[in-house]
Amino acid sequence: MTLPADHEVRRDTRALHVQDVITLVGAAVAAVAVTGWVSGRILPISGAIAFVAIAFPVFLAFTALLTWVGHDGLTVRDRLAAVLAHGVAAVALIALVCIVAFPLVQGIDALVHVNFFTQDMSNAGTLDPLTLGGILHAIVGTLQQITIALVITVPLGLACAVFLNETRGAFTRFVRTIVEAMTALPSIVAGLFVYASLIIGLGIERSGFAAGCAISVMMLPITVRAADVVIRLVPGSLREASLALGAPQWRTVWHVVLPTARSGLTTAVLLGTARGVGETSPVLITAGFTPFLNFNPFVDSQVSLPLATFTLVTSSEETMKARGYGAAAVLMALVLGLFVLARAISGREPGRRRR
Amino acid sequence: MSDAMSLRAPESVERRRRVRPPGGADWAFRSVLRVAGFAVLAIMATVGLFLTQRGADALGQAGFGFFTTEEWATESGRFGIAAVLVGTLLIATVALCIAFPLALGFALYISEYAPLRIRRSLISLVDLMAAVPSVVYGLFGMVYLQWNALEIPRWISEYFGWIPFLRVDGVDPDDPLASETVYATSTFFAGIVVGFMIMPFICSVMREAFSRAPVGEREGAYALGATKWGMIRAVVLPFGRSGVIGGTMLGLGRALGETIAVYMIISPVFAIQLHILASGGNSVSALIAQKWGTASPFGLSALMAAGLALFLLTLVVNFVASAVVARSRSGQGSEG
Repeated sequence: MTLPADHEVRRDTRALHVQDVITLVGAAVAAVAVTGWVSGRILPISGAIAFVAIAFPVFLAFTALLTWVGHDGLTVRDRLAAVLAHGVAAVALIALVCIVAFPLVQGIDALVHVNFFTQDMSNAGTLDPLTLGGILHAIVGTLQQITIALVITVPLGLACAVFLNETRGAFTRFVRTIVEAMTALPSIVAGLFVYASLIIGLGIERSGFAAGCAISVMMLPITVRAADVVIRLVPGSLREASLALGAPQWRTVWHVVLPTARSGLTTAVLLGTARGVGETSPVLITAGFTPFLNFNPFVDSQVSLPLATFTLVTSSEETMKARGYGAAAVLMALVLGLFVLARAISGREPGRRRR
Repeated sequence: MSDAMSLRAPESVERRRRVRPPGGADWAFRSVLRVAGFAVLAIMATVGLFLTQRGADALGQAGFGFFTTEEWATESGRFGIAAVLVGTLLIATVALCIAFPLALGFALYISEYAPLRIRRSLISLVDLMAAVPSVVYGLFGMVYLQWNALEIPRWISEYFGWIPFLRVDGVDPDDPLASETVYATSTFFAGIVVGFMIMPFICSVMREAFSRAPVGEREGAYALGATKWGMIRAVVLPFGRSGVIGGTMLGLGRALGETIAVYMIISPVFAIQLHILASGGNSVSALIAQKWGTASPFGLSALMAAGLALFLLTLVVNFVASAVVARSRSGQGSEG
């Protein structure tokens, strides 16, 4: 059995062709070579960042040129857009890895000493070696302040999110607008607000409690908004089924809506916590810096990890800077831990489960 | 007319059953919710009130000069936010120039180009970038970036120095031994770091908008013979336009308020510094953090006034942004 002579040739629908790969590899090699030559002869530059900054446009130009040899303008533009999107994604990922890894790598010097986690800075002078002093006071401060912030934010924020979803009307819309506009409230303004209201107004002293309040003012709109989005994803049919069975509204919310959205709500709170843990300026304004360990958040200054990082790193002594990197590494590890926990809990979004 | 009414509703008709009687547990439940909503609203609304109250003292003394004075000498009564406000806007502009193309490219990559397997992980990575503390970004910029990328501002100022705001005074490009520190601690580097910070926020709003472009239109574009880029230009970008604008504005609001990263990188000057590549600059929030520790009660009042100006600026930007984003979200619901 032979095919007829004019049989249709099957169209090639592969997304990736050998020729394209060769084009890209060729363009990359050419770009590296040209950049190497340019940076050596014409522009006396050095450093990886400048090299990439020159090599990437050259790479784009070569890709366009090589594609243009065998294809029309449409294909060239399509390829360029694809290469550009991939390149930008690579730049963003590399930047993320650099920024996250930088304090972890730099902080090794301080992190290997056990005393870094068990002492405060009260008896470590500026010239003392890394075997003396640590950031226990900052760890304690961060944990206490974020706990205070969570105690305020979680009930109030979740109740407000439920309010936004369970009631209708002009007032609800107004609250939602205000909350959305406040999600980018500058953290230093949150600090100023707590200073003006609690410290000047009510006479509370600068303390860990005031810092916790400032962090919660900053976290509140973020948490409300994230929780609002999650609760909105709960399928309306579940809520209607519960109401049709005669359950009152509060039982519907408590036994149907909140359990369905539980994982999403946990994620919302954890991500808000990760943001709150890393805030420096509200603590700077409302709690002040201290080198001493202070277990009482209601009395006296109390430092947090970001503020300790900031103060130590801007010092001129190398050992102090090393401690600052160490504090940043601990902070980064804390944020990463919260983040991984949030992702592990979140699982799948509610409402998607049954499709 | 009244006859017709009485005909339609005779006395004997069964009254409509009320599923939920008024009052009782549900009424209490809704009251609690209302109180929570009101409490959040009250906290948010009193922010401006308290700042105005505390800043009124300084604002009253400085008058309109508060917006035109460049210095910050509260003791001699000569203080204003002209210089820091310009600095804030310049840093935000540089940040947007960095963040916008990166965010657009990354969002397009995630929603259009990335393999389905890694899409969820990439979305998580963007969220992670958003959660990295600003002090860590500042640390990276202060210690590593600005000392390892000095060639870039030097090269720009050498070849584009004829554009006024890219000029750097006090360097001789032909002198190979010239100190390069004049290029560090500048508005440019502060803007780059803030740009990396706001990139994930812009990116996630854009990606959300892009991924909502309808499948039917996408396939229609392909069926008409569009390439992938043609489809993106004809379908994805128009559908995501308000997400792009709104996300960028949200990022702008964040860039205006960033404190600690700017404080760590920039060396403060109290004059309008338009040369963004040259060392020196400032922002409103960095000014507040710098002057906080040593301020007198009157100085605190002046800083509160500066905070109020920053608050109002970001509030306006955020209102516009959330209005634009909300327009792109309209019609979206969980039922369906």
